[in-house]
Amino acid sequence: MSSHVTVDRWQFTLTVMVHYVFPIITMGLALFIVWLETVSFVGSERRRLPLLRKSPQERAAHHDAAHFWAKIFAVNFGFGVVTGIPLEFQFGTNWAGFSNFAGGVIGQTLAMEGVFAFFAESVFIGVFLWARDRVGPRLHWASAVMVWVGSWISGFFIIATNAWMQHPVAYTMKGGRAQLDSFWGLLTNPWIGWQYAHNMGGAAISGAFLLAAGGAFYTLLGRHLQFGRICLTAGVVGALIFSALQIFPTGDGQARQLARYQPSSFAAAEALFHTEKGAPLVIIGNPNTQQRTLESAIEMPHFLSFLTSHRWNATLRGLDTIPTDRWPSSVPLVYYAYHIMIGLGTLLLLVALLAVLMLRRGRLFASRAMLWALMLAFPFTMIANLAGWTVAETGRQPWVVYNLQLTSAGASPEGSVPAGTGIFSLLGFAGLYVLLGLLYVFMQARIVSKGPDTGDSGTISTSPEPAGAR
Amino acid sequence: MTTVWFCLLAFMITVYVVLDGFDLGVGALHRILARDAAEREEATALIGPVWDGNEVWLIAAGGVLFLGFPKAYAAAFSGLYFGLIIVLWLLVGRGLGLELRHQSENPLWQTACDTVFWLCSAALAFMFGVTLGNVVRGVPLGPDGYFKEPLFHLLNWYGLLIGLFGLVVLSAHGASFLAARARGPLAGRAGRAARRLWWAELLLLAALAYPTYSVRHSMFESFGDHPWRLVFPVLALAALAAQQAFQRARRWGRGFLASCLFIVGLLGSAAAGLYPNILPARQGHLYGLTIDNAASGHHALVVGLRWWSLGIVLAIAYFILAYRFLFLRAPEQAAPEPTVRG
Repeated sequence: MSSHVTVDRWQFTLTVMVHYVFPIITMGLALFIVWLETVSFVGSERRRLPLLRKSPQERAAHHDAAHFWAKIFAVNFGFGVVTGIPLEFQFGTNWAGFSNFAGGVIGQTLAMEGVFAFFAESVFIGVFLWARDRVGPRLHWASAVMVWVGSWISGFFIIATNAWMQHPVAYTMKGGRAQLDSFWGLLTNPWIGWQYAHNMGGAAISGAFLLAAGGAFYTLLGRHLQFGRICLTAGVVGALIFSALQIFPTGDGQARQLARYQPSSFAAAEALFHTEKGAPLVIIGNPNTQQRTLESAIEMPHFLSFLTSHRWNATLRGLDTIPTDRWPSSVPLVYYAYHIMIGLGTLLLLVALLAVLMLRRGRLFASRAMLWALMLAFPFTMIANLAGWTVAETGRQPWVVYNLQLTSAGASPEGSVPAGTGIFSLLGFAGLYVLLGLLYVFMQARIVSKGPDTGDSGTISTSPEPAGAR
Repeated sequence: MTTVWFCLLAFMITVYVVLDGFDLGVGALHRILARDAAEREEATALIGPVWDGNEVWLIAAGGVLFLGFPKAYAAAFSGLYFGLIIVLWLLVGRGLGLELRHQSENPLWQTACDTVFWLCSAALAFMFGVTLGNVVRGVPLGPDGYFKEPLFHLLNWYGLLIGLFGLVVLSAHGASFLAARARGPLAGRAGRAARRLWWAELLLLAALAYPTYSVRHSMFESFGDHPWRLVFPVLALAALAAQQAFQRARRWGRGFLASCLFIVGLLGSAAAGLYPNILPARQGHLYGLTIDNAASGHHALVVGLRWWSLGIVLAIAYFILAYRFLFLRAPEQAAPEPTVRG
């Protein structure tokens, strides 16, 4: 691979990884903000459903909690926009070959994200944060719902775009460019279902653990105890539900889909160098690409075949059936990212399960050990999410559009963007993102140190909020 | 159908420049017009709630170009690499400066943020002009549909001239906005600046005519062949005259609307003069990109138009709703966007 392509890849890797941190948080938090606002909006002492049987004071506390998280949301939304624009630009600047090739198809989904999601999200977060006293509780609740819908629609169009790159459908080739034949075919790509469910589940897990972490933080400090209880309860219950769904059915469905449509990616993720009957499931091990072996492995015999095709002795295609130049550029990277995702997912499920058991016995709020664990669990959900995307993107290599366009052909021609130019902008982005990271921490720390407003749920600060609180 | 998408693209870019133009202009004059902390607070508070909503139109315009004319998107963005990366960084810097100034009460912090916001805004207005100038002048497209234009080649005399014009037009736009919306001495100073900048606009516009003819004869010929397209330059001139009349009468609100129309006329003229080229080659060279050889397939354009119309109607509805609720009790901030958008 010539070096300008490598530079383009590194720049995209850096910018997309930094960017994706923020949408995970906004998509995850939006769901829980809606939940808190719904309890506050429809709850009453006379409700039959215990979840909604709330006193006016509790309802106000739910509203305050939602408002606190909305401030965190706004900062993340702003950083998401700021770091998202470079991605759109890079399709043209660094991936001109890909844009030219695929724009006739994925231009649809990317432009739809702009008109259907961004406008809704940017407008309604503004209404939600600043106009509560002017719009009344009903529209205020509706604006929270719209923010959530907007962020999840945004996710849908991005997944639909990525799904086309993973499993191209609904196109014909004309003059070396893919042209759309069927709009509905593009939106009903069979790849979208599992990937969307699995991806949004990952965001919901992060949102749940973030809520729990915030609750644990204030409970450990002994401040804002009611806020802590509300967030811990919603957080750990949500974490348990979504962590379980993430393994079955969505993780399972996604893995089987990978085995079916992208055998090279699946084989790399499982480090399956040789086609095997009754393939084992690897728990731990180090792949050696030269020797084509897995070193110091701990395996569960026949389990991989069973999980993949529900038959203990099914044959699975290994990397040996694929020419070496069509292997993912780095098999160990795919393998480790995949196993880090699964390992963390399993551990997070156990933490959530334990926390819910303690909640049921009424011991969660007093157990400092568990609260510390919950507070520290959140960053690992981010690692799991990013590792999952690493599997999806590096597993697809050497293709940018699977089986249609090689990544090296997708990059801008060397004559337009030589490696040196790319290195210059890559270093610029790296420096800018270090600065952005510092500012992000500074802004979040200010919100956290101020804490949730309590008692005066009617007054909402009108001072301009951090970036992007549109 | 490709013509429809060309018009949509021109529409999106125009809406973007009209909307983000005034907050860029306010930014470009920020440390010149607003002289103390209170005035700076006032100026930033006026554009604070709207600037990033306005920038969404840039993203949406990018989306239209990508959907409709992917080949032009690929060629322009890779060829103008440095220019675009710098635009990106300036956009980030400007947004940060504007939003972070409220994060600390320290006067040095606020001065730093204001300066970053001011310089980045001015540089952006200039760079947008440079980019437009280079598109009009044409780029050295090769037979493979790509080109390379290093940063210093972008800053050719014509690009610089249009860049300067862009800076002046958007500054005048921003000054008109401030004159209409601000209060007290800031409004007075903005009004005086708007009147001075009007002369600069007129002078540069006159100075531009011959250079534009010499880099692209076809622009003028297209108006000769299709006289109805003269609507746009006539609109621009009429709006410029109206601006002067309103400014003399101290009707700053109408002066700002005239400034909006002036921009619509200018960009409309550029689009009408370039049509059917979308990314022309330099004069006398082959391989220019037109709406026919750069467009997506027919199906994509037809379906795209259907949902696009729906999406834009929804977006405009959201904006009207938001402006109504966000600014209901703050009439001085009920910025004129809804009327412009509608």
